[in-house]
Amino acid sequence: MDDLKLIVAPSPHIRDTDTTEKSMFATLIALLPVVAASVYFFGLDALRLVLLSGAAAVATEAIFQRLRKQPIRVGDGSALVTGVLLGLIVPPSLPSWMVILGAVFAIAIGKQVFGGLGQNPFNPALVGRAILTASFATAMTTWRTPFDAITAATPLALGEVSGRIPDLFFGSVAGSLGETSALAILLGGIYLFYRGYLDYRIPVGIFASVIVMSLITGQSVIFHLLAGSLLFGAIFMAVDPVTTPVTKGGRWIFGFGVGLIVMLIRTWGSYPEGVAYAILLMNAVTPLINRWTRPRIYGQGVKTSE
Amino acid sequence: MRRVRSFFGGIHPKDAKKSSSSTPIQHLSAPETLVVPLLQHAGLEAKPVVAKGDEVLKGQVIAEAHGAISAPVHSPVSGKVLAIEPRAHQSGHSITAIVIENDGNDAWVERNGHSDPIQLDAKTIIERISEAGVVGMGGAGFPTALKLVPPKGITLDYLIINGCECDPYSTSDARLLIEYPEDIILGAQLMAKASGARKIVIALAETASEAYAALKEKAGSIEIVTMPSKYPGGGEKQVIQCVTGREVPSGGMPHQVGALVQNVATAWTVARALRDGEPSISRVVTVTGGSVAQPQNLMVPMGASLEDLIQATGGFSQRPGKVVMGGAMMGGAQFDLQTPVIKTTTCVLAFSEAESRTPDATPCIKCARCVDVCPAQLLPLKLEAFGMNERFDDAREFGALDCIECGACDFICPAKRPLLQYIRFAKMEIIARDKKPS
Repeated sequence: MDDLKLIVAPSPHIRDTDTTEKSMFATLIALLPVVAASVYFFGLDALRLVLLSGAAAVATEAIFQRLRKQPIRVGDGSALVTGVLLGLIVPPSLPSWMVILGAVFAIAIGKQVFGGLGQNPFNPALVGRAILTASFATAMTTWRTPFDAITAATPLALGEVSGRIPDLFFGSVAGSLGETSALAILLGGIYLFYRGYLDYRIPVGIFASVIVMSLITGQSVIFHLLAGSLLFGAIFMAVDPVTTPVTKGGRWIFGFGVGLIVMLIRTWGSYPEGVAYAILLMNAVTPLINRWTRPRIYGQGVKTSE
Repeated sequence: MRRVRSFFGGIHPKDAKKSSSSTPIQHLSAPETLVVPLLQHAGLEAKPVVAKGDEVLKGQVIAEAHGAISAPVHSPVSGKVLAIEPRAHQSGHSITAIVIENDGNDAWVERNGHSDPIQLDAKTIIERISEAGVVGMGGAGFPTALKLVPPKGITLDYLIINGCECDPYSTSDARLLIEYPEDIILGAQLMAKASGARKIVIALAETASEAYAALKEKAGSIEIVTMPSKYPGGGEKQVIQCVTGREVPSGGMPHQVGALVQNVATAWTVARALRDGEPSISRVVTVTGGSVAQPQNLMVPMGASLEDLIQATGGFSQRPGKVVMGGAMMGGAQFDLQTPVIKTTTCVLAFSEAESRTPDATPCIKCARCVDVCPAQLLPLKLEAFGMNERFDDAREFGALDCIECGACDFICPAKRPLLQYIRFAKMEIIARDKKPS
């Protein structure tokens, strides 16, 4: 072995096998039950919106990386996750060109202008939705019932009506594509938690503050947990690592904050639903939360006998 | 056996100990030529007291301690000094070494042992430990005699013998505990007497049931505890946190919280020095990794080369990509197989080419797993960014100097970012700036 050439690299010399791609594809797998439920309830419109949105997001990401003379990294799955998420939070009858536009904006304005993966302050899928809501208010608030496709109001707009809870749980209500079936969302959440990709602090924080706020305002706890996009938001949107706090304490604060703002909007705001805005608002204060919740470093502030 | 509290963070790397932990320690016969570096410890190089052409005996002092922090170096064999010249060193630098030709006679210098060394007074014990060139053999290499003397007015509550060996490959301490429990207990008692420590605690890994069985009969008043089985459970600050519930103050020393930590191999070396009069001229080294034919633990004379060790374990089973001295998590990669074993060489790893591949770094997604695993409770992703952008004041403010360089953040990062490299860079810059008079 005279020609032996050894690699010299700094420690550590071993690494965990997990990668960013694996976490992204785990998220996509976790979204499968949600996609399946939305197809079941809303038919091929669901597939149309999710696929178009996903494809538009990936294409936009690739074009931007090309323009910015960066390696094309769409294979990491992050743009696809954003696209699929956006497809799942729009009404079933949204025109195709609108969802494509939303996905382009989500990646371009929500992510790439800040520097791409890891640099964006706001959840890109929610940025896309916010832009669509601002631009096409009617299309973005035109809901329809599952199966028979009759235009209808969402449960949140109607206000709580007894007897709807099983419908809310299984998802046979009007609403955005992926947000109606609590069962499908929970299945995805359990999978992500099991794989170690879901930090429980943010969803639990959201649920806790929604429960407390419902009790304080005398509303139905179950209704507020299951209605609208709360569950979907808590399990797939509010846990986006890029736009949420890095400290454990910060994740609790983030969760409590989202739940609180959701309930303020639902109870006193002029919109029936506020999950998207609640998460975006908390995204905005994430750098501050990180600053306030820095853990005490080992050995700092320790008193000795000397 | 008391199970102690946990420490912050930590990782669970895949256990790779099994291939080397089950077989007894084999003795490597001293090779024909030994390269004995003058620096085998923390501090300054020892000063040679022999010259080229001199005949030396096994155990003879060939270099004396030089400066406030240093340790003497002894000849591992009897023979002739061939050269005193710079050679490849575990640190990656070229360091002066005394090259000795082994005459094969195994002729010892006069040994100054004591049949019952615990009768010796504290001062004598410390002197003999110092003369025997004993240094911290867990990897840090701080001269043991210096560590045993706490500053005036400080009483040590605990002497902790660290047998956690948290590196996922290293098993040398585990084999020492199984095969030489009396020596380790004697070494512990001697160091407790020398330092005045009130209580001796031996800290083992949770998985070390065989070592525990070997120790418990003979332990007497020594307490044996098990550490949580996660890395870096063998870190000095982590052991202290678990065993005593105290934290070493930032920038401070263990004695400030009444603790003294010594490694298992150090205790073994102390016992040999005091009882048998044998200076620190050999140690147990784990030789393992995907390219090693028969992974095992070897008793090796200091100055034997990596090549000697690889040959003794059956040669390379496949082409190695990387050869590391001192553990998979904190060891240094070597470029020369002639690099010799020194007092701090716990482990030699020959990784296969597949095991050696460095993955490409991708953008940080702020998943904060580095934050979750950091035993110092730092924000490694922030420190990395500060290092990269040369924001050294911010790095200091975020505790860069409290980083113990365990590498847990690098290990866990799904984006495969070189976090620790940038943190080390920031630390070096901060320290360099502090030294420079402004």
